[in-house]
Formats: sequence, structure tokens, C-alpha cells
Amino acid sequence: MIAEHLPVLQILIPLIAAPICVLLRSRHLVFPFATLVSWMTCAVSVVLLQRIMMGESISYELGGWPSLWGIEYRLDPLSGFVLLVISAVASLVLPFGRELLLREVPTEKHYLFYSAFLLCMTGLLGITITGDFFNVFVFLEISSLSAYVLIAMGKDRRALTAAYRYLIMGTIGSTFILIGIGLVYMMTGTLNMAELTERLHRQVEVQDRIITVIESRTVLAAFAFLTVGISIKLALFPLHVWLPNAYTYAPSMVSAFLAATATKVSFYLLLRVIFTIFGVQFAFHDMSLNQVLMILGLMAVFVGSAVAVYQENVKGLLAYSSVAQIGYLVLAVSFATGNDEGSVLGLSAGIVHLFNHAMIKGSLFLTMGCVMWRVGSTDLKDMKGLAKSMPWTMAAFVIGGLNLIGVPLTSGFISKWYLILAALEKGMIPVAAAALLSSLIAVMYVWRVVEVVYSSSPADETVGSKQQEAPWSMLVPMWIMIGASLIFGTLSRFPMEVARRAAEVLLQTGS
Amino acid sequence: MDLQYVILISIGLPVLGSLCIAQLGKWPNVRDSALVITAAVLCGTISILVPTVIAGNQPEINVVPWALSGDAESGLVARIPLGFKVEPLGMLFAIVASVLWLITSIYAIGYMRGHHEKNQTRFFVFFSLAITGALGVAFARNVFTLFVFYEFLTLSTYPLVTHHGDEKARRAGRTYLGILIGTSVLLLLLGIVWTWQLAGTLEFTQGGILHTANELENKPWLVGVLLALYCFGTGKAALMPFHRWLPGAMVAPTPVSALLHAVAVVKAGVFTVLKVIIYIFGTEFLRETDASVWLMYVAGATLITASLIAMSKDNLKERLAYSTISQLSYIVLGASLANSAGVLGGGMHIAMHAVGKITLFFCAGAIMVASHKTKVSQLNGLGKVMPVTMAAFTVGAFSVIGVPPMGGAWSKWFLALGTLKAGQEPLLAALMISSLLNIAYLMPIPVRAFFLKEESPKIDADDDSDGISSVNEAPLLCVVPLCVTASGCLILFFLADAVQQFLEPIGK
Repeated sequence: MIAEHLPVLQILIPLIAAPICVLLRSRHLVFPFATLVSWMTCAVSVVLLQRIMMGESISYELGGWPSLWGIEYRLDPLSGFVLLVISAVASLVLPFGRELLLREVPTEKHYLFYSAFLLCMTGLLGITITGDFFNVFVFLEISSLSAYVLIAMGKDRRALTAAYRYLIMGTIGSTFILIGIGLVYMMTGTLNMAELTERLHRQVEVQDRIITVIESRTVLAAFAFLTVGISIKLALFPLHVWLPNAYTYAPSMVSAFLAATATKVSFYLLLRVIFTIFGVQFAFHDMSLNQVLMILGLMAVFVGSAVAVYQENVKGLLAYSSVAQIGYLVLAVSFATGNDEGSVLGLSAGIVHLFNHAMIKGSLFLTMGCVMWRVGSTDLKDMKGLAKSMPWTMAAFVIGGLNLIGVPLTSGFISKWYLILAALEKGMIPVAAAALLSSLIAVMYVWRVVEVVYSSSPADETVGSKQQEAPWSMLVPMWIMIGASLIFGTLSRFPMEVARRAAEVLLQTGS
Repeated sequence: MDLQYVILISIGLPVLGSLCIAQLGKWPNVRDSALVITAAVLCGTISILVPTVIAGNQPEINVVPWALSGDAESGLVARIPLGFKVEPLGMLFAIVASVLWLITSIYAIGYMRGHHEKNQTRFFVFFSLAITGALGVAFARNVFTLFVFYEFLTLSTYPLVTHHGDEKARRAGRTYLGILIGTSVLLLLLGIVWTWQLAGTLEFTQGGILHTANELENKPWLVGVLLALYCFGTGKAALMPFHRWLPGAMVAPTPVSALLHAVAVVKAGVFTVLKVIIYIFGTEFLRETDASVWLMYVAGATLITASLIAMSKDNLKERLAYSTISQLSYIVLGASLANSAGVLGGGMHIAMHAVGKITLFFCAGAIMVASHKTKVSQLNGLGKVMPVTMAAFTVGAFSVIGVPPMGGAWSKWFLALGTLKAGQEPLLAALMISSLLNIAYLMPIPVRAFFLKEESPKIDADDDSDGISSVNEAPLLCVVPLCVTASGCLILFFLADAVQQFLEPIGK
């Protein structure tokens, strides 16, 4: 009975829990409740992914309405994978944040914080699970609005301007997406993605000429609006300006959660639009979107990394590094131009990097959460010699940094390996070399922090007197995430198999 | 006991040792004995493997059978395991590294205490981890595993290079990481992925794997490009122009320079080059395509240039560093000759040069501990007060130069033979000139120590406390190891036959 309703429970559990948080009010009740909810959500997504990987295709019609009129939830390996990423990150970040939140957000706002957090999670899960195009927009707004609220709760007053800038950019992005959806609906009369794809490729007679719907100017406009809109939400260079400040000044657990999931979900949406709805043939061959993506991806990688080197705030550094990593994701997608081995490899490199980078960046922001908890700032100048008093946190940072660089036996290496392999398979040796070159810039920005933390003497001797390391409730979730990045770097079979299946499904339906 | 587990134990043992050392920091004596015991047990486990390898077996084990793959659907065919396989060349490197680690551990204890270094626990932790890296490189069954441990070695030695924690050490550390990580990520990794894409396997196979790649057949230049990616990508081999990290790393405490920058790290580099040329390219394939001729000349140029630079260095450790760069190129040259004599000479030189050079570094460290002298020009008259150390230095210098009856003579003999077989007479000349240069930059040191008098005017004053007359031999823990390695240079001369037979299979 329950098993059959799991897809909708994935959304319903956090959605209903959010208002309950407001009703509970007491911060002693809200925290365990929200954590429990996130763990249940995670359990649901584990079961769902397991069922998908067994070869089951899951489709759920909301309220029993046929998908043509009602909303359909549809799961393939890709969406199952992303669901798992979101819920797993949430279920680690929430217990991590308890101590931290006491120092970063006024206690009377805690119930609101948890409520917004659960809503944000609901929105992200919803975008991933739904098979209805308009529903995507609805969940996108839920997640974005709650994200603005979460970011604005940051201790630093600059959080407000950061949230405002994100609000402006994000609203433009979602409006573009809405316009795109509207235009597509105008031409096809359906919002169900599977149906939409089919109708877009149908042939119609217009003024004695037979054309396919997808060739019409309206659909071209829709395609443009959708890709640009999603690129804003994805923070693809040069539309990334909202991201660095938002991640820098948000409460640390929000930075960790959003960095690990929000851009990943936008990436998921990009894949859906390109491969499922419009198809490779149209997006990459007729529209040459892959060339645009490749150039922008490479620029994102280089500019993002280079700017990261000069950041004085480590959270800002990590944020710019995220911009660069998004570049890798997009670069990987740009290889997927057909159904050959190179395309499958490229796309699966992108999908596996989505998974790996969520772990890597999530755990790195968590280490900064520990620093924030202890020092009250993540400025590089305040972190001198911190490794002496916080050995576990800083060891985690070093491992996370090695992941970013892509040292073998870390998950960052797995992503890099398949990305390079795909580039070589496609015969694009300069691109492979450029991708490798950019990972050297990662060495520079990671090592800048490592040097300060390990070899300088503490700036403030009083800091080292009382509380030493972060509490266990923070260290354990952080090390689980770091450990996962090492385990999936060594035993890469699980993520790689899922990613490959997801890539194959996307490329099959697309071509 | 099953031999494959001996491999795992050998590689895991130093990690275990470093964990113990980290816990025992409060009791320096217990900690240091833990280090020596670990090193001794390691020598024991490594020696268990030797008879099997001599018998021609190659014990192997897969740690992670499915580390990377090209195709998940047909995962059984195209997969890259993380695992180990012991073949003669790796065995030789492992023996050299583990025996010298034992000796260096004893020396390091004496040095670190005699020199009053700080953070000794951290030092010994990473010192042990580095050996795991070296052994992993030695026993790797495929290029991927080798790459994993190659990077591990770089990272675990970084804290050793920056041990003093001052600005100079940090700058050296930056160069160290920058060049080693930079070359390996940019060139070596590209080469590895490319090899996988072309050949569909990364296993070290007798006779090479690249000759099976169809795409290479009508593109011989591509073989040269790949070879360049591997040779320059292996920054640890210090092939010019990627040699800057080695002299820079001399800011580290002397035991680090001795073990890592004369033995483990640099030898891991040239070992990688040798192994890749023998088992990935295949010597026959290289000879057919003539893809390695350019490498011979790069190596030849490096070995002469580095010797010339060594002559101009007054700092003793820096002079030895450039000498190392030059000697490493001997090995790369041997590999690039791609014939049995060259490969044999290269492999042998790994052992011969290691023992000789470590003696020289031990002596440099002993001089530093005992007299706080670091410059060649300060060494006048030192032979009178430190006769044992300077005698050992002379023996080590003879071995590096290649004078019989020292071990270094044999490897140079085979290398010279290799150049003749390959028909590259100019390179024979380069080898000879370099040997002369070796004499020119190494021999002045014992000559100054034994035959010149200290120039300082204070020498006649009896109340002189800083002069040479007040200097004694270094602590016993420093002097004994350097005597052992010096006699090793002699013994190896007579063991050359055994080493040659041991390495015979790789020359085929």
C-alpha cells in the first residue's frame, strides 16, 4: 500500500512537515522533528532509487487523474539519483546545524528557519520528481522563495543584499522559465513532459507546408527562454553573479545545503529540457547549443577558479569554486551529442560529478560551518594556525580540497577521469588539456588555505584557550560526508553504474 | 602464509607504524623504537617475497577489483583494478627503499635529536607514510595504481619539505607541489587516460601494451607524444626543465633529503619512467618506431647541464641535489635506449646510485650536526676531526663517479654498453664527460677535508670554541648508518652479478 504511494510521499512528508514546524514553535521540538523528517525522506529516496535500478519504471498519477490532465510524477535513474543526493545532504546537514544555528540565527526565528529549510527541500525534490512541466515551475518557486528567506537569515548584514540580488536574478530566471513553459504549452497543448516531447516532434501543416512543431519560431523562442532561464538558476558563467555572495553570507548550513543541491537540481532541469523535452537532435545539432555550453563551461572553469584564488573569505572561495565546478558539469554535457561511447561517457561524467560535487562542496561548506561556529568568521586572516586547535575539521578540509583538485582515490578524481576520457573519445584533446590545466588552479586556491591554516601561528592566542574542536554533533555528519567522498572515490562502481544508466536513458529518449 | 597478503602487509605496515608513532608522541624513546621496529619488520616482510620473484613467479593481488571502468555494462572486460603485482624491477626498488628506510630511520633519530628539530612526531609520521607511497609505486600492477601512489608520495612528503615552517620552507613547498602535482596532473594523467583510450588496458605487461593499439599504427609521432607525456609528466624523475623542485626541497631536514630526495621520491620517478617504457611501450616497439631518440638527447643534455650547475654550487646539499638530477638522467637515458643493456644498466643504477648518494647525504647531515657547516668552502681540514665521516664520503663519491671497486661502476658499464648497442656514440661521449664532471665536483670535498688546512686565523688560538679543532664526530646514531651504506657501496660491486641475474627478465 505505502510502497505504491512512495513517489508522492517523497514530496508530501517534507511539505506537510513545514507548517507543522510553525505550529510546534519550540526549538527543542522543531529540531528533532525536522531531522526525523529529513531522514524519512532520505529513506524514501533510497527505496525509490533501489526500485528504479532494479529496472522498474515508476510513474505516479496524482489524485488518480490521468497524466494528460493531472500531474504525473515520473522517475528514471537520473531523477532517482538526484532525489537521493538532495535528501541525503539534507539529512546530514540538519543534525550538523543544531549547534551552529544557535550562534548564527536568533533563537526566536529557529522554527521559521526549519520550516523554510523543509520547504526549500520540498521544492528541490519536487522539481526532480515531477513529470509535469508547469509543476516544475511551481516547485522552482517554492524552493527559490524559501532559499531567499534562508539566505537573508545570515548573521552578516551583507546577507540581505546578497539575498536581494539573488531574488532579482532568480525571479528573472524563473520568469524566463515560465515564459518558456507557456510558449511550449501554446504550441502543444500539454504540460506532461513525455507527451510534450512527442507532440513537439509531430508534423503539422501550416499554410500548405508541412513542418514539425519544434521548428516553429514560437518553440525556438521557448527554447531560448528556457535555456537562459535555467542557466541563471544554474549560475552558469556569465550568469553566476548572484551565487558567490549568496553562498558567502548565508548561514553556513544553508550554504552547505544550497551549494550541494540547488545548482545540482538546476543542472538536472537543464538535462531534462535538453535531452528529454527537446532532444539532442534539436538542441545540439540544429541549435548547436553544445558549442555554446562548451565555451561557457570552459570559461566558467577558468574564470571561476582564477577568481577563487584571490578570495579572502574561504566561503567566498568555495562559492567561486562552485562556479568553476558548474563549468565542468556543463562541459561534460556538451560532449553528449549522440548515442556513441563518447557521448555516454561525457554525460555520465557530468551526472557522476553532480553526485560527487554535492558531497565535496557540501562537506567543504560544513568544515567552514565548524570554523564559523568556533571563530565566528571564515576570513582567511582569522584562520591562521587553526589546524592546531581544530585538527579534525582541518583534516576534513584538506581531504575535501584534495577532492576538488581530483587527487586519485577521491571522488573528484572519478569525475575528472571520465570527463577526460570522454574528451579523448571525442577527439577533443585541447579540451581535455584545458580541463586538466584548470584543476591546477584548484591546487592554488586549496593550498592557499592549507598553508595559512597549517603553517602560520594563531593570530589570536585567546582563541586557542577554551573550546578546542567543534562538537561531535558537527564532526560526525561532516566526516560521514567526507568519508563518503573517499569511499565513492575508491569504490566508484555504484555512482558510476547509476550515472551510466541515467545517461543511457537520457540519450535513448532524446534521439 | 599466502604471498599475496605479504604484499598487502608490506604496504600497510608503514601506515600502521605511523599511526602508532602518532599516538606515542609523548614518549620519544618508545616512539622512535616503534619506528625502527616497523622498519625492521618491513625489511623482513619484503625479504619473504624475494625468493619467489627470483624463482620467476609474480605474486599479485587486487585490492579494489573495480576502481574505474570504461564500460559499466560490460564491466567484466573493461575495468581497471587497484592492485599489486611484484615483478623483478619493482622488487629491486622495494628492497632498496625498505633497507635504506631502516638505515635512514636510525640515522634520522640521531639527526633529529642532535639537531634539536621541532615537531619530531609529525616528522616521523609522514616519514613512514612516504614509504607506503614508494612501495605502492614499486608494486603497482597497472599505471593507475602507480599514479595513485605516486600522488600519495608527493602529498605525504610535502609536510616533510615544509618541516621548518618558515617562509623559505613554504616557498620550497610551493615549488615542490606546483611542479610535482602540476606535471603529474597535466601530463601524466593525460597520458594515462590516453593510453587507456588507445589500448583498452593499463596493466603492466611484458612486451608492452601500446603495440596492440590500432590507432598508433600509422601515427608513429603519437608514440613520441605519449612518451613525452609520461616522461615529463613524471616530475619526480627531474628531467629538465622540471627539475627545480629538487634543489628547492633541500630545505628539508637532511634525512628527508637523504631518503626521499636521493632514494624514494626521485627513484619512484625514474622507476616510473623505466616501468612505463618496459611494460607499457615495450622496448621492441620503441626501437621499431624510434620514438625515444629525442628522449635520449634530453636525458643526455640534462645529465651534462646538471653536472655543470653542480660544480657552481657552494652549498653542499645543493651540489648533491644537482648531482642527483644528473644521475637520474643516467637512468632515464638507460630506459630510452630501449635495449637490454640500457634497461639493465638503468635498473641497476637505481640501486647503485641510491646507496652511493644516501651515503653522501648522510655525511652532509653528519657534518651539519657536528660542525654546523653547510658550504663546501668551509670544509677545509675537516678530515682530521671527522675522519670516519669523510672517509665514508670518499667511498660514496667514488661510487657515484663510477670507480671500481664500487657498485656504481657496473651500472655505468652497462649504460655505456647500451649506448654502443643503440649506435648512439655521442651519448657515450656524454656519459664519459659527465663522469669527469662528477670527479670535478665531488672530489674537491674530500680533498679539501683531508689535505687542506683550515684557513681561519683562529686555528692557532687555544681558546677557540668555534674552530674546527673543537668539532667531534657526529652522534653514533648518525655515524653508524653512514658506515653501513658506505660499505654497501663496496659490497654491491661484488653483488652486481646477482643483481644482473635478478633483473635479467626485464631486459628481454
